[in-house]
Amino acid sequence: MPSLGTSFGRGGATTFQQDLQNSDCIVIEGSNMAECHPVGFQWVMEAKAKGATVIHVDPRFTRTSALADLHVPLRAGSDIVFLGGIINHVLSEEKYFRDYVLHYTNAATILTEEYRDTEDLDGVFSGLDTEERAYDFHTWQYDGTEMRAASGERDQQYADQTRGGETVRQSARGEAHGSGGAEVGNPVRDETLTHERCVFQVLKRHFARYTAEMVEQICGIPRDTFARVCDALTANSGRDRTSAFVYSVGWTQHTVGAQYIRTASILQALLGNIGRPGGGILALRGHASIQGSTDIPTLFNLLPGYIPMPHARSNTDLDSFVAAESTHKGYWANTRSYLVSLLKAYWGEAATEENDFCFDYLPRLTGSHSTYETVLTQIAGDCEGYFLMGENPAVGSANAKLQRLGMANLKWLVVRDLSLIESATWWRDGPETETGEIRTEDNATEVFFLPAAAHTEKDGSFTNTQRMLQWHHQAVEPPGDARSDLWFTFHLGRRIRQKLADSTNDLDRPILDLAWAYPTKGEIDEPDADAVLAEINGWDANGIPLSSYEQLKTDGSTACGCWIYCGVYAGGVNQAARRKPGGEQNWVAGEWGWAWPANRRILYNRASADLDGKPWSERKALVWWDAEQGRWTGHDVADFVADKSPHYRPDDDARGPRALSGIDPFIMQGDGKAWLFVPAGLTDGPLPAHYEPQDSPFRNLLYRQQRNPVREVTQFVHPDNRLQPSGDEPGSKVFPYVATTYRLTEHHTAGGMSRWLPYLVELQPEFFCEVSPELAAERGLKHIGWATIVSARAAIEARVLVTERMTPLIVQGRRLLQIGLPYHWGPNGYSVGDAANELASVSLDPNSHIQEVKALACDIRPGRRPRGPDRVALVRDYQRRAGITERTGTEM
Amino acid sequence: MGVRQWIEGWPVYRQFAHGDLLGRGAAVKSGASDRLTARTATADKVVKSVCPYCAVGCGQNVYVRDGAVVQVEGDPDSPVSRGRLCPKGSATKQLVAGSGRVTQVLYRRPHGTEWERLDLDTAMDMIADRVIDSRRRGWQWDVDGVRTRRTMGFASLGGATLDNEENYLIKKLFTALGAIQIENQARI
Amino acid sequence: MARLTEKTVDPASEAGYVDHPRRMGFFTDTSVCIGCKACEVACKEWNAIPEDSGPLTGMSYDNTAGLGANTWRHVAFIEQRKPMAYQEPGVDHRDIDGLALAEQGFSVSEAAEEFRWLMASDVCKHCTHAACLDVCPTGSLFRTEFGTVVVQEDICNGCGYCVPACPYGVIDRRADDGRAWKCTLCYDRLGVGQEPACAKACPTESIQFGPLDELRERAARRVEQLRADGVTDARLYGADPDDGVGGDGAFFLLLDEPEVYGLPPDPVVTTRDLSAMWRRAGAAALLAVAGAVAAFALGGSR
Repeated sequence: MPSLGTSFGRGGATTFQQDLQNSDCIVIEGSNMAECHPVGFQWVMEAKAKGATVIHVDPRFTRTSALADLHVPLRAGSDIVFLGGIINHVLSEEKYFRDYVLHYTNAATILTEEYRDTEDLDGVFSGLDTEERAYDFHTWQYDGTEMRAASGERDQQYADQTRGGETVRQSARGEAHGSGGAEVGNPVRDETLTHERCVFQVLKRHFARYTAEMVEQICGIPRDTFARVCDALTANSGRDRTSAFVYSVGWTQHTVGAQYIRTASILQALLGNIGRPGGGILALRGHASIQGSTDIPTLFNLLPGYIPMPHARSNTDLDSFVAAESTHKGYWANTRSYLVSLLKAYWGEAATEENDFCFDYLPRLTGSHSTYETVLTQIAGDCEGYFLMGENPAVGSANAKLQRLGMANLKWLVVRDLSLIESATWWRDGPETETGEIRTEDNATEVFFLPAAAHTEKDGSFTNTQRMLQWHHQAVEPPGDARSDLWFTFHLGRRIRQKLADSTNDLDRPILDLAWAYPTKGEIDEPDADAVLAEINGWDANGIPLSSYEQLKTDGSTACGCWIYCGVYAGGVNQAARRKPGGEQNWVAGEWGWAWPANRRILYNRASADLDGKPWSERKALVWWDAEQGRWTGHDVADFVADKSPHYRPDDDARGPRALSGIDPFIMQGDGKAWLFVPAGLTDGPLPAHYEPQDSPFRNLLYRQQRNPVREVTQFVHPDNRLQPSGDEPGSKVFPYVATTYRLTEHHTAGGMSRWLPYLVELQPEFFCEVSPELAAERGLKHIGWATIVSARAAIEARVLVTERMTPLIVQGRRLLQIGLPYHWGPNGYSVGDAANELASVSLDPNSHIQEVKALACDIRPGRRPRGPDRVALVRDYQRRAGITERTGTEM
Repeated sequence: MGVRQWIEGWPVYRQFAHGDLLGRGAAVKSGASDRLTARTATADKVVKSVCPYCAVGCGQNVYVRDGAVVQVEGDPDSPVSRGRLCPKGSATKQLVAGSGRVTQVLYRRPHGTEWERLDLDTAMDMIADRVIDSRRRGWQWDVDGVRTRRTMGFASLGGATLDNEENYLIKKLFTALGAIQIENQARI
Repeated sequence: MARLTEKTVDPASEAGYVDHPRRMGFFTDTSVCIGCKACEVACKEWNAIPEDSGPLTGMSYDNTAGLGANTWRHVAFIEQRKPMAYQEPGVDHRDIDGLALAEQGFSVSEAAEEFRWLMASDVCKHCTHAACLDVCPTGSLFRTEFGTVVVQEDICNGCGYCVPACPYGVIDRRADDGRAWKCTLCYDRLGVGQEPACAKACPTESIQFGPLDELRERAARRVEQLRADGVTDARLYGADPDDGVGGDGAFFLLLDEPEVYGLPPDPVVTTRDLSAMWRRAGAAALLAVAGAVAAFALGGSR
């Protein structure tokens, strides 16, 4: 999560679910919490029972709305305008928490004279390279500071050296800030917040055009409703009261998704709601260990603990990499110790000071290698093998057809899952075998289906939505050939190492030198997950488990597989398996599981206390400075150096954590502050700006710039990934409606874990679309009849649910009708239906490389879709009617 | 069974002896009802687990009898979930022990029209060979004269229900093999 | 409250239990139901109830349609043009610009706020005066020591008398074996001191399990609180021991008329005619004797 990372220092939820009970106001937006996280929603209900106001902002009236005090319907894809409008209200009505803003954010920091805002450049920021479609963000920097920042400088270096299509934004630099912002020197500040180039004033000017009228015109939210939200939020923020934001993929899955979260981050920082009980931004993740999957990533651009993967051009050895990635202040100053310890965990004895700890063994990036680029390399024939481990892209990824075409061009495919998901069977019964685009006999892909073990059949840890690791113990043996992914990966590696054992080829050194001796147990030789967790935690030269990342060394005497998880095996005890009952602890429940970092449950919680270290109010006390003991104490583990006095001020030459003062609560940031303005780390702007979705029936009312200028589309030009005309462009009226995709309580994601379960299938037996009575009337759709939904990519059919829960909106003076599409279905399982993701294009956010599936223009018509080749012909006909070419929608 | 027991087990006798004159309660309690007991009470063991669906992280108690999962329900000790589960979490037993699971290796040869059986050991061996081959074919020591030391020959996409330990080994192994196209649902 | 407890009859004692546990029941507070259907699934998992998938019903998000032999918990979804029941947040609202709204032609927000979506988990009511039990000729339906009403599947012969007797239309026969099935209030779990599966799963404590008298007190307080908060529609259903079934062992807090939820407004025990009841009871007793003899003769020492 680059937005939370750049704003506050770490890319994880700033709070934990149970703490919602302390909120005075909860805004759920971009999330359908009651449906997608029902058990977590109990904490919203607890808050509500105590009198909190619950607001749900969503295009649809959902089961979350039903329990909220206020439902605010808005046009899908317009959230930045809504949130920006609140920011404007907070700034112009002076509703911000001044002491907090002045001291704990970068509001007072002065920017360079070269910075130009969207106000100056009609919707783009200074530094836009229109050829490369990338920003040079030198001009976004603080004034008077020598930019030595890890990310900023390195990115720029790289951009300077780049030719062709390889640009900074493609390497997902932003995401590397998941756990830390970039560095700054000693910024110039204006404590009066009046300097025209200070962040506060820039912010005021930037958001001045985000008026209530604009909110009404762009989002379709009437002014009185908007005012109610503003009032509820501001009345419930400050010293005595706190408000929380809850979001989910309703925010991330846009071409400007990272900036949605940035807008909320700015708002919450202005209101003083970060690091405090009942405050924060709770990112709700949809999968059991999606947080863990970024912390210990299986992501192309990251190594464990948010250390970036090295890039081919800019980093040639350990020294230069560390020099580029380290910060001067804060905890990223210790990057070398994190990386060296990781290399020791990877290559053990083979990693020595002399050989740069095997740094050269790490493969290098040359741009983006995300899952969507990988599909193109599959279609091109460069990538010939593919492992799918518990993932179903044939249904779950945007433009699912492109995914299947990629798989159809592989030499081999390994699918590991519980059931025969669509990604395993597209060659015999996928949509393309029906249209004739894939003929089974002609298709040469070799497919291995390997049954996976369920969570009850293996030991291991999940990291939940609040960064908390919880251990699940094996209950039974896996049936038949089913094996854990731990088993599969370990034994695959063992076999490959055996087969290559005699190789003298230099390319095989990294695999042969790999530390791969894990103890196994039982009849099937299951690797000991506990031993893997111990390696993740790390040990010292004597093999003693480490207890904190502060113990990590640069000399190779410590090994640690993921520095932010260091401490999870402290004392040789699996801390993730701790289960002291919640009823025997305070609400923080610090002895249940283990949360990174250092078992802190509310991040940046030093901000819950004032400059002197006293809670802003007794009602909202969390941690505080105990002057007698000379330590921070309280209900949670202080997210601060434990004995650093609030009155500590660093010397000018201090480095690392010691360079931050006693009033710098955001200890991962180079300046210790929450970043209202992000001088480095984001690829599409230091501040959020509203851009229309890739495919939108509306023009951008705020700026001349229609779409995010640096969104990722040009690399995905493909006959099966056509984009649509938008706004006033000719042909845009062919796709007059806005669809949004989502999940239902009764199903799970792409259906692999729900469509094969009869008890869930009977609760939601068929794919449906939700439309308003107005849309049904306009298009002649019949309740529980069939409808065909068409985009420039695909035509799908769904049963029709006509419901007043879909609210028509007045946007830019005309009526907008929206369509709801749950995306769980595919052709396999006990409940079958078309996949909503067929409709979406591959158009990505430039920071996170996440696809836009939450707002897409489309058409809807009564009746079932055509069968066979006619289905493709219908889509081609729509393309023709809309005048779509390969260039459509790719304009900057 | 003795006569006395037989008589005492007779509902009409019970009806009068127990004061259940209408024969609607204790007197008509059947043998099955008498023997009825909760399988949560007769399990061999209760194993602490975590729900595998969304990221709320609800605690689960997995009840095991004779080596099989007989019940999965919420763990009341969990400070996050307090013993509760949503419909998916409540359906966990059907997920892990239901009819939808495939527990045998299946193989589709190139141009094949049907699945074939393959034993796990053979499949693992074949996959290892294919990784080695594709890795070499896709190997790039450098790109445009700059060292890359990598392979573009194969890719991986994992779900986010992978354990941390699994993700750790996947990233470690594939990175050591030089693969960079290692991705996860976390992106999607 | 005192009135309620004084008048409460004790069905377990009437059914011949001495030193029995307190009467247990459900209080389903629909005002906090999120319609997740965890209760439906937890019930089916625990009781191994057959799947019965049908097509999309179009009844909002309700695809189980109602209680039946294979659905012992059922969540109803009602989409309504009525204001949402929201609490006053206690903050000042700025003046609304009525002229600006008028210029728009109509107010979308006004329409939106008039909408609400009710959800309610229905279940067997475990009546104090249970007609199903009264008419059961085999003694299959019986009153447990917890005061609940349970079908004993080893006794049920599928005669089906109980089906029309139920004033709520709860009990139902399975198509395959013809026997009658319904919620047992997890009699097996109660026996080992555990709460019913649905109540345990319920994420928001919409389904509460406990001693009935305590639940009634809690429910009365909840209604008072909701009404004080301006939710004037809030009412209890099945909590009154003076109603036509002597009060329900499973009762509800509703936010609208019972009919809206598909519940009969004024349920009456179908066997309320005392003499008729005795006649049936006598017949039932005779049948029970015959049935028991037959069962013992056939089953031997089972």
